[in-house]
Amino acid sequence: MLIIGELINGMFQDIARAIKDKDKSVIQKRALEQVDAGADALDVNCGPASAKPGSDIRWLIEAIREVTDKPLCLDSSKPQVIESGLEVLRGKAIINSTTADPEKLDILVPLAKKYNALLIGLTISTKGIPQNKDQRLELAAEILAFCSQADFPVEDLYIDPIVLPVNVAQAQMQGILEAIREFKVISTPSPKTIVGLSNVSQGTKSRGLLNRTFLTMALAYGLDAAILDPLDKDLMDSLITAELILNKNIYCDSYLDAYRRK
Amino acid sequence: MALQLATEKWSGEISEVIIGATKDEGGSRKSVVRIGGENTLPFLFNEGKIPNPVCVAFEVWDTAPSDWPECLWRAFGKSLNDSLSWAKKCVEEYKAKILCVRLQSAHPDFADTPPEACAKFIAGLLNAVDVPLVIIGCGDDAKDNLVLPAVSEAAKGERCLIGSAVQDNYKTLVAALSADGHNIIAESPIDINIAKQLNILISDTGFALSRIVINPTIGALGYGLEYAYSIMERARLAALSGDKTVASPFICFVGQEAWKAKEAKSEDERQGIIWEMLSAAALIQAGAGLLVMRHPVAVEKVNKYIERLFQR
Repeated sequence: MLIIGELINGMFQDIARAIKDKDKSVIQKRALEQVDAGADALDVNCGPASAKPGSDIRWLIEAIREVTDKPLCLDSSKPQVIESGLEVLRGKAIINSTTADPEKLDILVPLAKKYNALLIGLTISTKGIPQNKDQRLELAAEILAFCSQADFPVEDLYIDPIVLPVNVAQAQMQGILEAIREFKVISTPSPKTIVGLSNVSQGTKSRGLLNRTFLTMALAYGLDAAILDPLDKDLMDSLITAELILNKNIYCDSYLDAYRRK
Repeated sequence: MALQLATEKWSGEISEVIIGATKDEGGSRKSVVRIGGENTLPFLFNEGKIPNPVCVAFEVWDTAPSDWPECLWRAFGKSLNDSLSWAKKCVEEYKAKILCVRLQSAHPDFADTPPEACAKFIAGLLNAVDVPLVIIGCGDDAKDNLVLPAVSEAAKGERCLIGSAVQDNYKTLVAALSADGHNIIAESPIDINIAKQLNILISDTGFALSRIVINPTIGALGYGLEYAYSIMERARLAALSGDKTVASPFICFVGQEAWKAKEAKSEDERQGIIWEMLSAAALIQAGAGLLVMRHPVAVEKVNKYIERLFQR
């Protein structure tokens, strides 16, 4: 599965401070830690405190590019910030993210095509967060329809069902998991699926356990990608084990170690 | 409309193992043999690169193979009684590109030949022929741990392929081969999980994964061939999907298994030859890189088969 490291985010105080002080070393260290722990790509988010996200994201990208060539996941709700990042990014980009709103799709789908980027589509719209599986599927269908009309390759589209905290929306968890499976059947070829994992445990007292249990279950429902904390070793062990049980890798006694050598 | 073939793009690649070292490379071989290096399934030339054709090694023993069937004795004649002339016959008469020598006489149940004598024999063999060597111990772990390091040292710089390391006995051999610059055979009992684990154990010692050749253990036609085939196929699919721990070329001891079959010991000597050929042909399709075979006619036919398959 595609593992996107979530730790370069201005929400974290040390990252916010590094962005403010333009201290590359903090960013580069965090980038390498995540890659060493198994991240296939790195999320890059300037955070709410950034006054100039358009230039901050460029600075972050350039700092990270000095130490790794891994794909970068440009994370902003503002399309112009993402575009600013795409302009300087060498290598593969993941756009994080569009919603099902036409005004967002209109800008971001052509950008994804232009830069040959992967695109994350959130099943959310100006009407708000979906309340059940059917609403999620409806929004996913809207994103898919827009992408296929625009000739954007569906295999490069990652649909996110929007994972809500378990202490906020416990009744929706089953539907979110089922949506992951059903996103696959609404189009051929199928889109990929992704979750922002840590949200499931937001505001709870057992974050690690909730994260790894939800991820394991989501993998069983066919999840393709997740934005998560790769430095959480228990989480990564669960992920590797879940993939093993799903026959994605060949078992051996040192399978955890074997996976980490990939 | 022209027919469009669906092609697969793999992310992994099988490591290329070079057996033998020429004078320029610190050895004394006239040529080297390369196996592996492909990044697609066998013979899908349109999907990726397959740089090295499958290679056949003649099996030679350091002692007369008393239990070999008559048909094999008839093919080689008296040369089977003298290892050096047997080896020379393979190279000069049958044009072997590589030999696989089994140090059977070292086995406590045979002549219990001491390590120094085995080392001397290998040195003599390296003088007598100029092709690369695969060297196999006698199969007794305790004895092989004495014999193979001595042999490894005697062949230092010749970049042989030496085995076999098994899950419960690999450290001594790995240390010796590492010091002397050889490749290693990692043997598992028709078990993909153990094959993977052994590769990890060997590479944990610092020995490069790219110098390992997997002996998956095979069965001949009618004796588990399809089981070996499926294990090899599974490992190969995983390797091409990016699992480096199983991305090693395969060596298959076809002759040893085929001539054990009761069908191969038929009065009609063509039957044994066919048994060895057919077992080899299937294993080539499964992804074997190096086949160890016995009967010169079977080798000749299989080489022709390989040549035709590689005409693309």
